[in-house]
Amino acid sequence: MTCEEFVELVTAYLEGTLTPAQRAAFEEHLEVCPGCDTYLDQIRATIDVLGAVPPESLHGTARQRLLDAFSDWSAGSA
Amino acid sequence: MASPGRPDGEPRDRALVASLRAGDEQAFADLVDGWSGSMLRLARHHVATEAAAEEVVQDTWLAVLTGLDRFRGQASFRTWVYRILVNQAKTRGVRDRRTVPFASLAGGDEDGPTVDPSRFQGPEGPHPGGWRQFPQEWPEDVVLTQEVHEVVHRALDTLPPRQRVVVALRDLEGFEADEVSDLLEISAGNQRVLLHRGRSVVRAHLESYYTAAPVGSAGR
Ligand SMILES: [Zn+2]
Repeated sequence: MTCEEFVELVTAYLEGTLTPAQRAAFEEHLEVCPGCDTYLDQIRATIDVLGAVPPESLHGTARQRLLDAFSDWSAGSA
Repeated sequence: MASPGRPDGEPRDRALVASLRAGDEQAFADLVDGWSGSMLRLARHHVATEAAAEEVVQDTWLAVLTGLDRFRGQASFRTWVYRILVNQAKTRGVRDRRTVPFASLAGGDEDGPTVDPSRFQGPEGPHPGGWRQFPQEWPEDVVLTQEVHEVVHRALDTLPPRQRVVVALRDLEGFEADEVSDLLEISAGNQRVLLHRGRSVVRAHLESYYTAAPVGSAGR
């Protein structure tokens, strides 16, 4: 497996969808290649960073309208 | 793979639904704040304007409230909410005569290498297909500054729409692979390719950011 092939299998590896043979070749390459080891770490770091990004929400008035609707709804359904 | 019935999701969903029924406004506000961003991203695929997307999200939340008694816990509460969203968005898209099936947004978003081929040695090199230069390591403790969030937002903005929504659902929202394929009506393989491509682009943006900024510069 070359490095160029390795980088295209990173997601399948993390998702657990490689065949046993592919997985073995992937891990074998990982053992001997510091560059791909770094690359895989960076993909993991990227996933962590994405997971920590604060969500965008609705703007203030739309949000407030929903909260008002919720109050009405719970008053009505109580 | 998610197990049928999602045993660990159920009690949490039950508690959440119970607090909504009990009129817990904070619980509702947390849901709205937590999910509306990715709901907007998903809605944008079916409707023509930003205003329409916002209306779809608002209508979805209203439909969630009025339909709450019909939530049976067969899917997770989140999947149930997002399915309502997809239905609302499709209906709205048809009404606005903009029927853009998600699949038709494809085109050039699944082809080609995800890492610049010039980073690898050609056939003339000692190790064809090997790194010319190893990727430079990033700072040990990656601090999630406002600046980093902006880099990520800019990276997401550059993604083709299908990649953007898959990355948002998987990595921002933490949906499972099968939930995303289900919501977007795409195959598991397709979902994985879009995720792979999207993540690679975000990594490349972070790489430029981490390796270009001088060490110890402001904002780190
Ligand atoms: Zn390698």
